[in-house]
Amino acid sequence: MSGPTRSGFVPPAERRAERLVLAAFGVTFLSGTALLILYLLGGQTQLEGILLTLCLGGLGVGIVIWAQRLMSAEVKVEARHPIGGDRRRIAELGDVLTEEAGFTRRTLLIRALGGALAGLGAALAIPVFSLGPAPGRALYETSWRPGARLAVAGGQPLRPDDLPIGSLLTVYPEGDDSDPNAATLLIRIEPELLRLEGEAAGAAPDGYVAYSKLCTHAGCPVGLYRAADHRLICPCHQSEFDVLTGATPVSGPAARRLPQLPIRREGDTFVAVGDFPTPVGPSFWNMGGG
Amino acid sequence: MLRRSLRPSPGRGRPPSREERERAAGTADEAPPPTELERLGIWLDRRTGIAGVARTGLRKVFPDHWSFLLGEIALFAFLILVATGTFLTFFYVPSAALVPYEGSYEPLVGHEVSAAFDSVMALSFEVRAGLLMRQIHHWTALVFVGVIVLHLARVFFTGAFRRPRELNWVVGFVLLTLALAEGFTGYSLPDDLLSGTGARIAYSAALSIPFIGPWVASLVFGGEFPTDALISRFFVLHVMLLPGAFFGAIAVHLAFVVFHKHTQYRGGQARETNVVGRSFWPSQVFLSTGLFFLTAAVMALLGGLFQINPVWAYGPFEAAQVSSPAQPDWYVGWLDGALRIFPPFEPTILGVTIPSAFIPGVVLPGILFTIVAVWPFIEARFTRDDREHHLLDRFWEHPGRTATGVTILTIFGILTLAGGNDVIAFYFAAEIEALTNTFRLLTLVVPPLAFAITYRLCRTRRDRADEPDEPFAGRTPGRGGVALRRTAAGGFEDVEP
Repeated sequence: MSGPTRSGFVPPAERRAERLVLAAFGVTFLSGTALLILYLLGGQTQLEGILLTLCLGGLGVGIVIWAQRLMSAEVKVEARHPIGGDRRRIAELGDVLTEEAGFTRRTLLIRALGGALAGLGAALAIPVFSLGPAPGRALYETSWRPGARLAVAGGQPLRPDDLPIGSLLTVYPEGDDSDPNAATLLIRIEPELLRLEGEAAGAAPDGYVAYSKLCTHAGCPVGLYRAADHRLICPCHQSEFDVLTGATPVSGPAARRLPQLPIRREGDTFVAVGDFPTPVGPSFWNMGGG
Repeated sequence: MLRRSLRPSPGRGRPPSREERERAAGTADEAPPPTELERLGIWLDRRTGIAGVARTGLRKVFPDHWSFLLGEIALFAFLILVATGTFLTFFYVPSAALVPYEGSYEPLVGHEVSAAFDSVMALSFEVRAGLLMRQIHHWTALVFVGVIVLHLARVFFTGAFRRPRELNWVVGFVLLTLALAEGFTGYSLPDDLLSGTGARIAYSAALSIPFIGPWVASLVFGGEFPTDALISRFFVLHVMLLPGAFFGAIAVHLAFVVFHKHTQYRGGQARETNVVGRSFWPSQVFLSTGLFFLTAAVMALLGGLFQINPVWAYGPFEAAQVSSPAQPDWYVGWLDGALRIFPPFEPTILGVTIPSAFIPGVVLPGILFTIVAVWPFIEARFTRDDREHHLLDRFWEHPGRTATGVTILTIFGILTLAGGNDVIAFYFAAEIEALTNTFRLLTLVVPPLAFAITYRLCRTRRDRADEPDEPFAGRTPGRGGVALRRTAAGGFEDVEP
């Protein structure tokens, strides 16, 4: 496709393409101007999007038509040359890198340099270890202490009548909801339905049972409760825990119970007997060592 | 223009050859006095020597095929992300400090939210055109990773990663992981309820690594989740370290393309020893520029008309709350799916607990990503093929490779669907427990089936190519067959391997 010839003749196909490019650039000009006016008038997200689309799209369409219809479509061929592989040159390179620098004669120094770099690496590790505290007791503990009264976040201590049978609330130690890992679900079940064993049964007075709210799989809050079959469900990965049998995992990927917070009645309130017996939230390799 | 070459200009009688035309551009013996433009060119050239490089550079030939544009679109998406992201940075506050929300979104007024969430709300409701920029940024991020994956698939299935391009495949893999890291850190920055959940799952996966998990999680997140450090750390990663690394890796990636010259499909004049296509200037530059604007136009349309990540509807992050359904961005869906359907397996061996999130959340992605990263070397080990390849394969020519790729894509696909099992359960009124078990079964059964079927189909197709009447004949070069091509006249001619 050549441009206009000396006689001024332009082939019709080219003329059509030119008109298309002109129209496309015109769209860009008009929509860009309209966008500015719209913006000055206060803006509107959807209209801004449409105008910006037209503005950019006009430019894109115009340039592509220009390139496809009005520029040389000549297919060109360029030669390739094999890449590398000349063994003599590699040997020469090796000489330059080692012999000329005298590395082959200074093996002792090379080894010492390696040792020095290891020392430098040790020094550089210091800022890395500043990035976070050493994982210590924090993973095993929450802010629950013996005698802490159960309360909703920022609220009064919970009274037994606050919770009808079959319902549940998220509770924290009274006056201290600063530790998110202390989030606990207090659920009220008809006492005869509960099938807890040993100490766990004693730690759930009158059908009030408290479990950690953090899923033992990936730590999401176990935020759903299906009262029909007494199951807590984690919305992240659909682990299900049977409330009646001590929050044992019954479906989904979680493999460990939700830790049960031992509680007892004290007058008209509930208090924690102590912290959770096992770490709450996601598992880690030495969690049994707590 | 330039007083480099003093060769005589070509004779007028015949059309000049390409070489002569190139030389002619450098002749000056009968040149008229330089124009303004030429003077500028001379000024620049005498300070940079750019003319010689630019002249050969602009003439560089690039093969034409739509599938070669995928990588370009990824690059353009990155540029759009940098542009919109820079805009967002001017308003975003990377702080977890609590402030009362006092903006124009009534339902949240008076609530305590993080300064980060507050600033994203301001970007969405108060900053003019802020919501448009935010939504373009998020949509482009989704398309960005998608196009990278398509580009990777194109390179994989056509065998474009073989010698001499193995290292550039690895660079491309680094770009993919950087893009994923960009996506994940960006997803966490608005500090809404959903993004906090994503960060929490990442924390749990890090924590699950035997022996070093608690340390890794503590160092990355600055302590036990949730931490105030998360927002500011992810911000620095998202706007500085990761994009910086990405720019560097792109430079290497493109330098390799220039150095190796682009691969091409068989057919026409294409040989292993040449590159057939259009020259860089003007047609490829114009096409690419046009493509950039078209990409940007589509992003503007998505960002303008299709709501995405409405953080005001999710609400601010609160450690004890969670939304349902909880869905990550699409490219994380397969990881979430793996976490969802992995069986409840948490053995304790010699006092060492292997957490249930470890295998699906760390080991499985580790294995899959390692396979992808070193695939060129794995394949070369199997094929014992150390030759240079510049002609691309048809997908059926290497059944083993194609079947492996299809299998990996199938695994990603099933796991991604499994990552939406709560949504599927909701819309199809299915039992979540049954769905989880179904996906467990599918993950075990479908990938091997996909491998077998793909392998079989490719073999059949390849065998058919060996038959003499096959019009597009050409058994895989180097496998002992003869490659033929039909000529315009209807006959056949040999194709050099």
